[in-house]
Amino acid sequence: MSLTTSTSDVAAETRPPGPTARELFTGFLSIGLMGFGGVLPLARRVMVEKRGWLTAAEFTDMLGLCQFLPGGNIINMAVALGLKFRGALGAFAAVTGLIAAPSLIIIALGILYGHYQDEPHLQRLFAGLSAAAAGLLVAMSIRMLLPMLKRPVAMLVILAGFTAVALLRLPLLPTLLVLMPVSVFLSWRRWL
Amino acid sequence: MTATLIALAGIFAELSLLAFGGANTVLPEMQRQVVEVHGWMSAQEFSALFALAQAAPGPNMMVATLVGWRVASWQGALVVSLAKFGPSSIVTALVMQVWERFKDAPWRKIIQNGLAPVTIGLVLASALLITEASVHQWTLLTVTAVVAIFSLMTRWHPLWLLAAGALAGLAGIGG
Repeated sequence: MSLTTSTSDVAAETRPPGPTARELFTGFLSIGLMGFGGVLPLARRVMVEKRGWLTAAEFTDMLGLCQFLPGGNIINMAVALGLKFRGALGAFAAVTGLIAAPSLIIIALGILYGHYQDEPHLQRLFAGLSAAAAGLLVAMSIRMLLPMLKRPVAMLVILAGFTAVALLRLPLLPTLLVLMPVSVFLSWRRWL
Repeated sequence: MTATLIALAGIFAELSLLAFGGANTVLPEMQRQVVEVHGWMSAQEFSALFALAQAAPGPNMMVATLVGWRVASWQGALVVSLAKFGPSSIVTALVMQVWERFKDAPWRKIIQNGLAPVTIGLVLASALLITEASVHQWTLLTVTAVVAIFSLMTRWHPLWLLAAGALAGLAGIGG
């Protein structure tokens, strides 16, 4: 009996064996390909409902970790999930699977865009597309802002960050080095 | 070329570690570096690349890869991918080892609550800067406004809204 079989036998006592590196790659490949405009809801469906890699509670717990850390939530999810089941190789397989297809597609689109950039029809199309993409971003920021409207101190922090980055065009690093400790302090004193 | 690649690696590694709350919080800094500091492209082109990335499948930080490709072709895309996804992934891997111990600690919640308004301020900044760079005619501002309203009030898939915007543009709404 091979070592792999015996480890999966142990795991099988509680739950089906976790995904292999190859399954992590293909699983995240499908997540990367299907998701438009953010892939998190889809990731949940694939990881929890379709493939049963995580229970709903484990997913929520892992998402909590990923939201806490810098980087895209879904990228961090891929790292955490890959690492949990197959160590560093699993994390690498999951992240590569996630970004492989979208990277190739985006570069292909970029090549097309570069090629026809000066074509008037494409310029008009892109003017509309960019305006619409900006609209989605506006909607997203409004959606995030609404629950904060009744919290004046939080609104001040939001305003400070917005002013520093959008209006004063200050670099992000010093802005965060000042704003994050202040905001965490306010949160600690329950003033936020 | 090598100098450009090193600059790209530095910029995107920093963005990787500063992206609390996801990719949309670091868009203003990405734009500042790429457009203002290094002059690799115009603000309008940056917005076009952002829009292209929004219309393509995949995680919403793919705009980074696209910027890398536009600046320094395949090497640029590769360097940016490694720099954008590597550092934050290593942090995730490291923190995961100790997560069980502090996930229920009170200070975890305190920090997370503290980070939320900072994140929102940055996403608002992204929205303003991208709108500013994309909308150079009031007619295009209508597209932005209508898409924002539909996105907030309906459950329409974002892809349809992007397609509608692209069609409106093609029909000549941007002049």
